[in-house]
Amino acid sequence: IVARPARATPESMASAIKAFVGEAEVQTGKVALDIPPLVENGNSVPLTVTVESPMTQQDFVRTIAIFNEKNPQPNVAVFHLGPRAGRAVVSTRIRLGDSQNIVAIARLSDGTFWSDSAELIVTLPACVES
Amino acid sequence: MARALINVPSKAKRGEIIEIKALVSHPMETGYRTGPDGGLVPRDIISRFLCTYNGEEIFSADLFPAIAANPFLSFTTVATESGRIAFRWIDDKGQAHLETAEIVVE
Repeated sequence: IVARPARATPESMASAIKAFVGEAEVQTGKVALDIPPLVENGNSVPLTVTVESPMTQQDFVRTIAIFNEKNPQPNVAVFHLGPRAGRAVVSTRIRLGDSQNIVAIARLSDGTFWSDSAELIVTLPACVES
Repeated sequence: MARALINVPSKAKRGEIIEIKALVSHPMETGYRTGPDGGLVPRDIISRFLCTYNGEEIFSADLFPAIAANPFLSFTTVATESGRIAFRWIDDKGQAHLETAEIVVE
């Protein structure tokens, strides 16, 4: 018998998000999370986050954080940007243990938080016992 | 650590926004997987990535086990001056892998 690791839950994702945003309100918009809606292989899923921002010294994206609901841990990645980025676009490849909801939250230089989420279906999840 | 692939344009116009891509070969072992002997394979993760442009940090990332093996990152920066763009991947044990690329800005 293999003991499966504990999974993140929508509640643990909510607490990870709370740890990132604190008491601030998260608004929907400005952030575009681009991830395929149906993936065959959860071991490597391309993901791109774009934030609408002029990226000037006065108005830029400071941080972008990605969260998931059903991997063993709710955190995926935290990206630190600055006005020198020119554009607020970051891409990476992630692992998904199940079909689930992914959330991207951006913290802007004015202290506001903006988010986008995507629901996706994974037919062959990562982390299955071989 | 291991082999890295980085993609930085060798030439750019001043003020141009350039795309930087970085990939390093690494298993990103989650610590949740069982090995052939039935025990858990120990966690081995690159948890931090940093990119500097002539010494100044332009991008960094905190990575978790949910990042795929051979972590790939792509981001942008404004080509401000000729010089060196340096990449550093740091794993759980504090070991770092360093790569650099030269850029000519005209």
